[in-house]
Amino acid sequence: MKIADRVQQIPPSGIRKFFEIAEEMDDVISLGVGEPDFTAPWAAREAAIDSLKAGKTSYTANRGMRELREEISKRVSTQYDLSYDPDDEILVTAGASEGLDVAFRALVDPGDVVAIAQPSYISYVPGVTFAGGEPLPVATREEDDFKLTTELLSAHGVADADMVVLCYPNNPTGAIMTAEEMAEVAAFVREHDLTVLADEIYADLTYGDDHTSIATFEGLRERTVVFNGFSKAYAMTGLRLGYAMAPPEVISAMNRVHQYTMLSAPTTAQYAALEALRSCDSEVVEMRKQYNRRRQFVLSRFSEMGIDCFEAKGAFYVFPECPWDDTDAFAEALLEEQGVALVPGHVFGDSGEGHLRVSYATGLNELREAMARIEAFLG
Amino acid sequence: MSTRDELLALLLENARYSTEDLARQTGADTDEVAAAIEELEASGLIRGYQAVVDWDRADQERIRALVELNVTLDRETGYDDIAGRLVKFPAVKSLRLVSGDYDFALEVEGDSLREVSKFISEKVAPVPEITQTVTHYIMETYKDRGLEMGDGHDDGRLSFSP
Repeated sequence: MKIADRVQQIPPSGIRKFFEIAEEMDDVISLGVGEPDFTAPWAAREAAIDSLKAGKTSYTANRGMRELREEISKRVSTQYDLSYDPDDEILVTAGASEGLDVAFRALVDPGDVVAIAQPSYISYVPGVTFAGGEPLPVATREEDDFKLTTELLSAHGVADADMVVLCYPNNPTGAIMTAEEMAEVAAFVREHDLTVLADEIYADLTYGDDHTSIATFEGLRERTVVFNGFSKAYAMTGLRLGYAMAPPEVISAMNRVHQYTMLSAPTTAQYAALEALRSCDSEVVEMRKQYNRRRQFVLSRFSEMGIDCFEAKGAFYVFPECPWDDTDAFAEALLEEQGVALVPGHVFGDSGEGHLRVSYATGLNELREAMARIEAFLG
Repeated sequence: MSTRDELLALLLENARYSTEDLARQTGADTDEVAAAIEELEASGLIRGYQAVVDWDRADQERIRALVELNVTLDRETGYDDIAGRLVKFPAVKSLRLVSGDYDFALEVEGDSLREVSKFISEKVAPVPEITQTVTHYIMETYKDRGLEMGDGHDDGRLSFSP
């Protein structure tokens, strides 16, 4: 059977080989996961169960349950100073990932150039390609703490692009952007009339400065789609629930794609999300506190081992330099000899080459053992 | 949160964290951590460190009971006087003055049901001010001092995810 060209041109995920090795092994400590090790707050789980007991098993409105959209609107208004109308400016999706895919398909025409700040989450480039667009990687640098700068945007020709994708706090580097740094990017975007897709799925997980959304800057709200969700902050990855916020005409276009593919996000998950927003913030605070301790632990251990690692201030990753020239060989040998799984940085784009993504979304005892094994491996 | 509060929170989580681990997690240096712990101990804020044991896994039987105590006070005897007597017994693991239907919540531990019963009837009940004891034997412990006693949950996550 013929496979579509746009699918064939996307290579299989770079982590597949490592996954297959790890599956064959016992006693693997995985620092390769992009999801919390906590369980979703009980109140959210209970709300999901109650919704099932009450027989809430039908579709919801395409855009998501109205009361959930209202709660999202209230939340982003108080937390990020963003104002979105629950009726026509919010779309509930099956994870932020579906939201991004829908946005690419709704907003990108064949040949449109979509700049992507890299290293980045692995789905952006395929998402643009599937939509017929042309991905334009914008390599951020360790010397800039993996932040996006106007200098980088200019150097990569983003002024002539149609769209730019941002992900801060960043997967895989853990980088965040301060309000001042974000303001400069916002000015560039405005000057060159770009559309912005801002993936803010890790917005609740910062250690120090609070997250600043690019949509809060003058003239940016009308050209930005903001994505967020419940996977990371509320440890609800498997429930697949996210949302997108944008001006009415954009949400309307995205909803057209969404309604013909997903119809509506899972109803059970929407009830869980509603409860999460209403009553689970103390759990988020506790999880963030735990992540922060682990972050400091891991950064300190890499420093003791003499491995360069900039101070990640968001998400739950650090992105140290690889001690070997060949990151794949290092990751493979570390996995096979010591049973420690981590991800080579190039999986997240060429600019990640020479680094490793280390997730600290795992218990401190495991982290301590993993770091001891890495130290032993280095000799 | 101050470093001292942060250290206290971490020690409550696991009193066996090494000074180095505590320093790594708080961002303080090891000398600061050692000094802060010394101060916490010297001030009496930290009273000691103990293991949390899951006795259901031990071959040795361990009996614990929660005892509700009602007391009558007189002009010469206060709560502190009664408590002062009871805390001296090694079998008493915790003693708290509480609000509600009874006055003291007492936790007693012994090697056998007989030993615990004997202790309550011979040492606790005869205290003149104690008017009533209600004993609840602990049949199963699911959580103790913040730690779950079960097998814990297996990490069902994929070893790699994006």
